[in-house]
Amino acid sequence: MAIVSRGFRGRPRAGGDRLPPGQYLVEDFPVLSAGPTPRVPPDRWEFAIDTEDGRTHRWSWQEFKELPQERPAVDIHCVTKWSKLDTHWEGVSLDVLFEDVESAAEYALVHSYGGYTTNLPVEDLLDGKAWIVHSFDGEELSPVHGGPARLLVPHLYFWKSAKWVRGIRLLNEDWPGFWETAGYHEYGDPWREQRYEGD
Amino acid sequence: MGRPPARRASWKAARLTEVRDETPTARTLRLTVPGWPGHLAGQHVDVRLTAEDGYSTQRSYSLAAPADGDVVELTVERVPDGEVSPYLTEIMEVGDEVEIRGPVGGWFVWRPESTAPVLLVAGGSGVVPLMAMLRERRRAGSRVPFRLLYSLGGPDGRYYADELRRPGPGVDVTYLYTRSTPDSWPRPAGRVMLDDLAEGGWPSSFEPDCYVCGPTGFVEAVADLLLALGHAPERIRTERFGPTGG
Repeated sequence: MAIVSRGFRGRPRAGGDRLPPGQYLVEDFPVLSAGPTPRVPPDRWEFAIDTEDGRTHRWSWQEFKELPQERPAVDIHCVTKWSKLDTHWEGVSLDVLFEDVESAAEYALVHSYGGYTTNLPVEDLLDGKAWIVHSFDGEELSPVHGGPARLLVPHLYFWKSAKWVRGIRLLNEDWPGFWETAGYHEYGDPWREQRYEGD
Repeated sequence: MGRPPARRASWKAARLTEVRDETPTARTLRLTVPGWPGHLAGQHVDVRLTAEDGYSTQRSYSLAAPADGDVVELTVERVPDGEVSPYLTEIMEVGDEVEIRGPVGGWFVWRPESTAPVLLVAGGSGVVPLMAMLRERRRAGSRVPFRLLYSLGGPDGRYYADELRRPGPGVDVTYLYTRSTPDSWPRPAGRVMLDDLAEGGWPSSFEPDCYVCGPTGFVEAVADLLLALGHAPERIRTERFGPTGG
């Protein structure tokens, strides 16, 4: 049973059933990251998927932009408690990128320009649940928000949606990523409030 | 993979035992948290407030000091229109309780066994976790040289003013005012520039560990300047505070 803080009333409740436990709504778009912002010019950008048996699938910026594009509108939830509803993105579904990838791996380690990593099960990347996005609210994604392109996996806490994404390694074993080795939950489902290791 | 199963950090009752005003809009809360497991300098906690009707909400706050048994300190800036910070800075009284969970975060931390020189760059209330590092250095008797560059609007906004006036041997503190300065202050008011970091920081050849904390725009600017001065990106650790979080 929670302890009542004397004199605390709280705000009018907003967000309703779209707000996972412990989250609050924001209208702006806060930025979180662990180090300097990498700046990657699109002409030097590439994205790669490496399979567990050593095959690599690569896309240049131009090849990536020529793939079928989708415009997901999703709610996002940051482990630092803010949630933002109805965010509009544009990018490529991971289902498209995985079309020719032959793999039986169950785990993915996503890696970024600048060295960031995060891990998640491959099944959380497929079936319309994840995208590599290059636009937010109709504008090119800025470097502080992960541009030129970031992963978008809105059903998990937002640290899984790696900024400055560079590639995905498919693995037979689960390798914890950056925050996953620094005390955060390995899966990160906001609806089960899996914020920290052990939650 | 090879990691011991983690125990879930539970919510713990935290009773306010002492309050210190830092500025007209910020105060330090000293809280007793029975069963507190201890923490590293730079870590933060989640604070949960619950109302009479059962509504509850959470925010994260940096710890301002090393653990002292089961006593922790937070410094909270009142965010206009915030939901939690006005309670913590204006309504909560000694004897009142909130709940705390943590510590959280294993990256933006300084450990006293570390031997690299340290550069701390604070923007406004971003000084809080950096102050915990300075205090941890003193507590542990570390002789690692520290430099703190503290950017803020004007002298009235200084947190920990008395303590930073006498930082002790091996610690340099430089204030960088952005809007108003004391009389006859040598540096004109303005945002942090390359020269400020070159003069008040460490040469990149010393390979210092750099910790930058403040609002996003500040952190972005400082991290870029540190890169321009030749500091390696992996030695620049950042933590961003926005107006969001109130």
